[in-house]
Amino acid sequence: MRFSFLNVARQALAGNSGWPEQWRSAEPKAAYDAIIIGAGGHGLATAYYLAKEHGLTNIAVLEKGWLGGGNTGRNTTIIRSNYLWEESEAIYEHAVKLWEGLSRELNYNVMYSARGVMMLAHNQHDVHSLKRHIHANRLAGIDNEWLTPAEANAFCQILETSEAIRYPIVGAALQRRGGTARHDAVAWGYARGASARGVDIIQNCEVTAIRRDAGGAVSGVETTRGAIATKKIGVVAAGHTSVVMAMADVRMPLESYPLQALVSEPVKPLMPCVVMSNTIHAYMSQSDKGELVIGAGTDSYTSYSQTGGLHIATHTLEAICELFPMVRRLRMLRNWGGIVDVTPDRSPIIGRTPVAGLFVNCGWGTGGFKATPGSGHVFAHTLATGEPHPIAAPFSLDRFRTGRLIDEAAAAAVAH
Amino acid sequence: MLLIRCPYCDMARPELEFRYGGQAHVARPADPATLDDAAWGEFLYVRSNPRGVAAERWRHAAGCGRFFNCLRDTVSDRILATYPAGAPAPDPAAPASGSGR
Ligand SMILES: Cc1cc2nc3c(=O)[nH]c(=O)nc-3n(C[C@H](O)[C@H](O)[C@H](O)COP(=O)(O)OP(=O)(O)OC[C@H]3O[C@@H](n4cnc5c(N)ncnc54)[C@H](O)[C@@H]3O)c2cc1C
Ligand SMILES: [Zn+2]
Repeated sequence: MRFSFLNVARQALAGNSGWPEQWRSAEPKAAYDAIIIGAGGHGLATAYYLAKEHGLTNIAVLEKGWLGGGNTGRNTTIIRSNYLWEESEAIYEHAVKLWEGLSRELNYNVMYSARGVMMLAHNQHDVHSLKRHIHANRLAGIDNEWLTPAEANAFCQILETSEAIRYPIVGAALQRRGGTARHDAVAWGYARGASARGVDIIQNCEVTAIRRDAGGAVSGVETTRGAIATKKIGVVAAGHTSVVMAMADVRMPLESYPLQALVSEPVKPLMPCVVMSNTIHAYMSQSDKGELVIGAGTDSYTSYSQTGGLHIATHTLEAICELFPMVRRLRMLRNWGGIVDVTPDRSPIIGRTPVAGLFVNCGWGTGGFKATPGSGHVFAHTLATGEPHPIAAPFSLDRFRTGRLIDEAAAAAVAH
Repeated sequence: MLLIRCPYCDMARPELEFRYGGQAHVARPADPATLDDAAWGEFLYVRSNPRGVAAERWRHAAGCGRFFNCLRDTVSDRILATYPAGAPAPDPAAPASGSGR
């Protein structure tokens, strides 16, 4: 059933008892044309575009837990495309353009809100770095503008822009088209769209082995719900990518780290935008429910524990209290962690692997939510045709052999 | 926060005194010029990233300043052993010589 004014009114009159389930709960078949491992936003978007744009509908998305229960449901939903390098600009901007029409495309409200993302500068190095980004973005046709402290304060009035703090704000870069979206809705909307086109979404189905034929090519997977045959696999398992790829004897340039976030008790609207400070590591926005959504850093060590150290969250809260004095007495409601897969150059890996039939989309690390639609779109092309989409081509696994890194790590130091 | 036993100071100290140094026992190739790009890329960038027991380097930055190695279970974050740099990794099943958390 489509979401429309008429249907919402009809269902309201019927006590909202007539809404059908949003996607089919499928049983695994014996074989599929392609299998996606991981039902996060990226995996589900991949399945959606495979079905919609490439006519591949005999496919399954296998998820070891529940749909969207990985980083998709744990992230702070910041969306922006003001990256430094051309390759990154192309893929993140591709995603932002898709975000702009996504609710309509999916007939599902993903609550994309282009409220502006403001990144703070606290010293000369920050000024140079942010201005370099602004100029690079301008050349690529991506909006990003410089604000003085007074202008930053006018855009976000709860921001402390006086000289009185330890690291005073000396300016800011603002991407007005950046913003946030509702994380769960993105997973649910893509799941609903994919399922309606025939894609099987199978939850509580962990992939435990990847089968290969005599020539070494992929021939299927073993799962906690039985073996399934396929000649094409797309691994979209975020923090667990190294573990899944090891099932096909492929070693990856990845390390998995815990990354945390927190939300406060809900309060009335007090900030209209997203504010980020990479230098003192704090960023914050306000959800439509009124909670302040705060992102902390990664732990220093690799881990699959899905919990981060308390001192990491404390460090961020100290910076938040300094930047936004009026929130000092708010209580935090929840704190959680996700496991993010980090590459040496902080750019994703999208494409072929040394194993025939095995494709991977990973390495989005601390900042892949914003890319969800674009990532799924280009990866679907790669899976369907066997050739990388032009936007995805630079993000090959092979770049760690050729040395053609896309070094957003040096460019930003932190990325969200 | 982890509680880590420095094998040189022989003291369990809070994680804040230490710096993480990544995967342990990654030997720099003796003669890099003889390596092809794939082998060099493997040395520079590819990591085991295990879900389970990991051997990793730590440096007691705010203590003795020295590097040592550590076996840690990356699911529970429990430290199984710490041992001096250069020593082989102990058997993770053997009784722990490091400190838990
Ligand atoms: C605290 C936090 C804050 C973040 N903030 C931001 C932000 O503000 N902006 C931004 O752009 N990004 C942010 N990110 C990063 C972002 O969440 C991720 O890059 C993105 O969600 C990755 O999407 P995904 O669909 O690949 O991963 P996931 O949603 O993690 O999906 C991967 C799925 O694979 C499944 N899986 C793993 N192994 C198997 C297996 N063997 N068999 C079957 N299924 C398996 C997992 O259960 C999981 O559901 C943040 C991340 C965290 C943790
Ligand atoms: Zn010491």
